[in-house]
Amino acid sequence: MVKHRLQRNIQYGILVVLGLCFLLPLFWILLASFDTNAQQGIKFPNFTLDNFSAVLGDSGNLRSFGVGIILSGGQATLVVLASVLAAYPLSRYEMRFKKSFLLSILFMTALPITAVMVPVFQMFLFFKLQNSIFATMLFLTSSSLPYGIWMMKSFMDSVPIDLEEAAWIDGASVWGGLRRIVAPLMLPGIATIAIFTFSGSWGNFFVPYILLQTPEKLPASVTIYQFFGSHGMVEYGRLAAFSLLYTMPSVVLYMFSQRYMSKGFSMGGATKG
Amino acid sequence: MKRKPRGAFLFLTPSVLLLLIFFIVPIILTICFAFTNMALTGSAARNLQFIGFQNFTNMFQDPDFRISVWRTLVFLIFSAVIGQVVLGFILALLMKEKNITFRRIIGIIVIAGWVTPEIVVAFCMVAFFSDNGTLNQIIGWFGISPVSWLFSFPMVSVIIANIWHGTAFSMMVYQSALDEIPKDIEEAATIDGASSFKTLSYITIPMVKGSIVTNMMLVTLQTLGVFTLIYTMTGGGPGTATQTLPVFMYNQAFVNYQFGYGTAISLVLLVIGIVASLFYMKSMKVKV
Repeated sequence: MVKHRLQRNIQYGILVVLGLCFLLPLFWILLASFDTNAQQGIKFPNFTLDNFSAVLGDSGNLRSFGVGIILSGGQATLVVLASVLAAYPLSRYEMRFKKSFLLSILFMTALPITAVMVPVFQMFLFFKLQNSIFATMLFLTSSSLPYGIWMMKSFMDSVPIDLEEAAWIDGASVWGGLRRIVAPLMLPGIATIAIFTFSGSWGNFFVPYILLQTPEKLPASVTIYQFFGSHGMVEYGRLAAFSLLYTMPSVVLYMFSQRYMSKGFSMGGATKG
Repeated sequence: MKRKPRGAFLFLTPSVLLLLIFFIVPIILTICFAFTNMALTGSAARNLQFIGFQNFTNMFQDPDFRISVWRTLVFLIFSAVIGQVVLGFILALLMKEKNITFRRIIGIIVIAGWVTPEIVVAFCMVAFFSDNGTLNQIIGWFGISPVSWLFSFPMVSVIIANIWHGTAFSMMVYQSALDEIPKDIEEAATIDGASSFKTLSYITIPMVKGSIVTNMMLVTLQTLGVFTLIYTMTGGGPGTATQTLPVFMYNQAFVNYQFGYGTAISLVLLVIGIVASLFYMKSMKVKV
């Protein structure tokens, strides 16, 4: 027993050390955001909200947040719409190409999107779409569509078909059944997919960096980089405040998704695959 | 009462169209453009030609290419396989059967690094590793003189950054896999006198082998595509010290405007991705 207790304490010790290693970089950004004289090292600030008011007082920053919301929100909406539609026949009907289609979708979920950016940029150039927020949104939509369809199909599989059949007997159309019976029952799944898509795109730097050009159209992810990437003198405090504000939506949405996820899981078998 | 499809397959149209335009076409274009001399500037810009395997011969003779393949491998092995997969497993294992509050706190800290967007991770890490940064402060307490981490150990810095950002995912995968092991199996082994190391290697690991393999493939694929973290932390430098394949591709296509060459590099990335992706699907043993 003594040996066992010692082992346990060592394990706790290792976890504390690992936890501290993970905490340090975050701790710095937290402290720096409240410090107008922040430097690269950790130091305790004279707490002030000046950094935050400076970031929020800049219309360029606000616009970059707005663009981010439009880009990611639009993308999440489109992904949900397209994948609910696509998941329906995939979940409900036997079709000849279903198996190969689903396998291709799964295959696409794993492909690194980085690898197609060069030809995508050329396509945008060719059709004069570069610098178009809407076209960028469409590209982002398709890049997260495979994952969306795959997840949506698993969620939909767990909605019993009996309910729908009852609706059909009552005279509902296929479309009506999907809209009034299946979709509402899948709300946790839909929310999960929407949240995942939104956060993924909110944090995406590479795609807008390549496909958008004018500063007015850049989302927050690219604006942050322009701060710390190209300026000689970096105002660490402001940048930390900007980063923190920019990270908030991801954190909040993650917490929401946890709540929905557990509901989704309790639907039973919803996340198999 | 099973209804006939009767047009419901039309629901697939928007998705299929989008995937066709933005997924399939770019992949086909990658294959086509990789064999051209396409460029944005210079004579090749006006005079697009099919040049056969020229890009590939150039590529394999290009020392920059060879070294970026090597760097990609180093990055994959240390930050994905050893870093995220092994560290994630260790974390999940250590956290098993610990005090619930303690578990939750460690979990939140690790997951915070994962929820943080890549660009913010890069910024945090640049500050952490900088000359006056936190890391040098800490080693200073032990009387060690500061090190220019990003300059002297750039690869180590980006690898640590990627581990910091990615480990939570593996940790969560392993946590749920470990939770599914019936308690009595491990207990029985302990009662039979097996040491904890033996229980781990003969019972626990074999039982979660499936999740380990799948997670490893997934993490490797994600890490293969990592661009933002490296590009924003070091720009691929100093010199070409952290130029992995995605960064090399970016520099050739978007800095030097050699699109043909850049596309040939993306084709290599794509092929590696396709092979890894096929392995990934195989490891999942999916039923559709």
